[in-house]
Amino acid sequence: MTSVYPPSIKPSPQRLLILCLLALFIAAPFAVYPVFLMKGLCFALFAAAFNLLLGYVGLLSFGHAMFFGFSAYITTHAAKEWGWTPETAILLGVLTAGVMGVVTGWLAIRRSGIYFAMVTLAFSQMMFFVALQAPFTHGEDGIQGVPRGHLFGLFDLGDNVVMYYFVLAVFTGSLMLIHRIVTSPFGQVLKAIRDNEPRAISLGYEVERYKLLAFTLSAALSGLAGSLKALVFQLVSLTDVHWHMSGEVVLMPLLGGVGTVFGPAMGAFMIVAIQDYFSEAGSWVTIIQGVIFVVCVLLFRNGVLGVLAPALKKRGIMV
Amino acid sequence: MTTILGIPIQALFGQLLLGLINGAFYAMLSLGLALIFGLLNIVNFSHGALYMMGAFVAWLLLNEMGLDYWTALIVAPIVVALFGMVLERTMLCRLYKLDNLYGLLLTFGLALIIEGVFRQLYGISGMPYAVPSALAGGWNLGFMYLPIYRGWVVLASVVLCLGSWLLIEKTKLGAYLRAGTENATLVQAFGINVPLMITLTYGFGVGLAAIAGVLAAPIYSVNPLMGSNLIIVVFAVVVIGGMGSIMGAIVTGYLLGLVEGLTKVFYPEAASTVIFVLMGIVLLIKPAGLFGKGN
Repeated sequence: MTSVYPPSIKPSPQRLLILCLLALFIAAPFAVYPVFLMKGLCFALFAAAFNLLLGYVGLLSFGHAMFFGFSAYITTHAAKEWGWTPETAILLGVLTAGVMGVVTGWLAIRRSGIYFAMVTLAFSQMMFFVALQAPFTHGEDGIQGVPRGHLFGLFDLGDNVVMYYFVLAVFTGSLMLIHRIVTSPFGQVLKAIRDNEPRAISLGYEVERYKLLAFTLSAALSGLAGSLKALVFQLVSLTDVHWHMSGEVVLMPLLGGVGTVFGPAMGAFMIVAIQDYFSEAGSWVTIIQGVIFVVCVLLFRNGVLGVLAPALKKRGIMV
Repeated sequence: MTTILGIPIQALFGQLLLGLINGAFYAMLSLGLALIFGLLNIVNFSHGALYMMGAFVAWLLLNEMGLDYWTALIVAPIVVALFGMVLERTMLCRLYKLDNLYGLLLTFGLALIIEGVFRQLYGISGMPYAVPSALAGGWNLGFMYLPIYRGWVVLASVVLCLGSWLLIEKTKLGAYLRAGTENATLVQAFGINVPLMITLTYGFGVGLAAIAGVLAAPIYSVNPLMGSNLIIVVFAVVVIGGMGSIMGAIVTGYLLGLVEGLTKVFYPEAASTVIFVLMGIVLLIKPAGLFGKGN
């Protein structure tokens, strides 16, 4: 049977689902508190950026909080102390995270597996101490009362709904970029490295370069998430560079589904919802996160999306 | 007063002693990590949490049951080792056939749970633990004042580390263990109960961490976060030393403690970051670590 649509624009169930989700998110701020949604979107972006490395190169970084947190520090400093507009302040933050990604990545990719995780964790802890001692981060107080400013000098981000649509636009664009990266020839090479590194080397790929570029992209996008989150809450503190944050961003893809584009975002929303729900209950959030880690590793290592995958594939929603 | 490079000699030796004590804890923890990694192929992220648990068990024994330091030094490691062995038998043992990153994730989750539970029960303000009366006071060595307890910690850690090293390198039990690290399947074929050996090794490793926790209790205050801050530094130590060699782990631990102490004297701002910077340099020059074999 011939279809009336050319194959490229055929409305597959997957595309329909994405459009529905987008429509849902566009309507959401009128039903749900926008700040909660923005927090979810920022962490979803962070998790997706992190997953670019874990899911597609197979490198587990335990130090992504340094990119998230430092980009946030730079952005808020530029916006508050220098009076930069939000888009330039964010750009500077992302650039900083990217440069940090090049340097730490260049050192960390000399090791793989477990050692890679320990090296990134150690560098992140070093940056935590830098944030604790450097004058511009204001140590324990953090940077507070950061103005959100006017986007391109036109849109007042002080309004939660306007800010929400800005965050949603950045999030959608970034996720499209990540999707584009992992489906590009570059992404195919990354997956080849993940699945069989010696073979990729023997085929003539300069594995180190690919790893470093993926690490840098992941770092820069994590920085973008951090900068956005800092503008949403108008503050940065040491929790944003703490190793707990690095752990959280590992947990999100693990819960949602490593190696999928939407799984990490889904995991992020679940974790943020749990944090919100138990925010008054002290250390219970930490304990629950620990339990989720243990349960995910022992029982479902492919995450929620991995459990749903057979059913979704049957309906043509997942490919 | 005598000075070296403009630094009073008293301050220099004082910081070196502090560094040596930190080094003692690094050595004991990285030794346990290396042992566990060798046989289980798992990086035990909960090592820091179990060290903290050791200190807490000692504190609880003193305050709830009135048992003194010396009893705690025996009982706390046994309690923590048993707890660790239960974790190994119920959870870790399911992961041996998988990528070893899962072991890291699982033990990270366990660390969060243990830390969270203690935080929920005891808060995050530290609890003091008095120095046992037999080790109170100090000696004036002429060039520095040595608190007896601190000398005892260094001595105890050296004895424990050397003892463990001798046990692993010079006894039959240690030979089994080294053989198991090389090729567990073959050792099993020779009729040695490898799963039991793995469980005991894990128990021994975390027991060592618990002893370190008890030793640390009178020096640092007992608090739920004491382990997680330490374990990250120990990871850097392990990356610098490489996990291939037991002696390497011990020596690197002490050395880095001393380096940290020296940094505190000459450039205090960098004291908390110097080990991580060194890690970066080692990664540049000798990526496998000072005592490492391959990747």
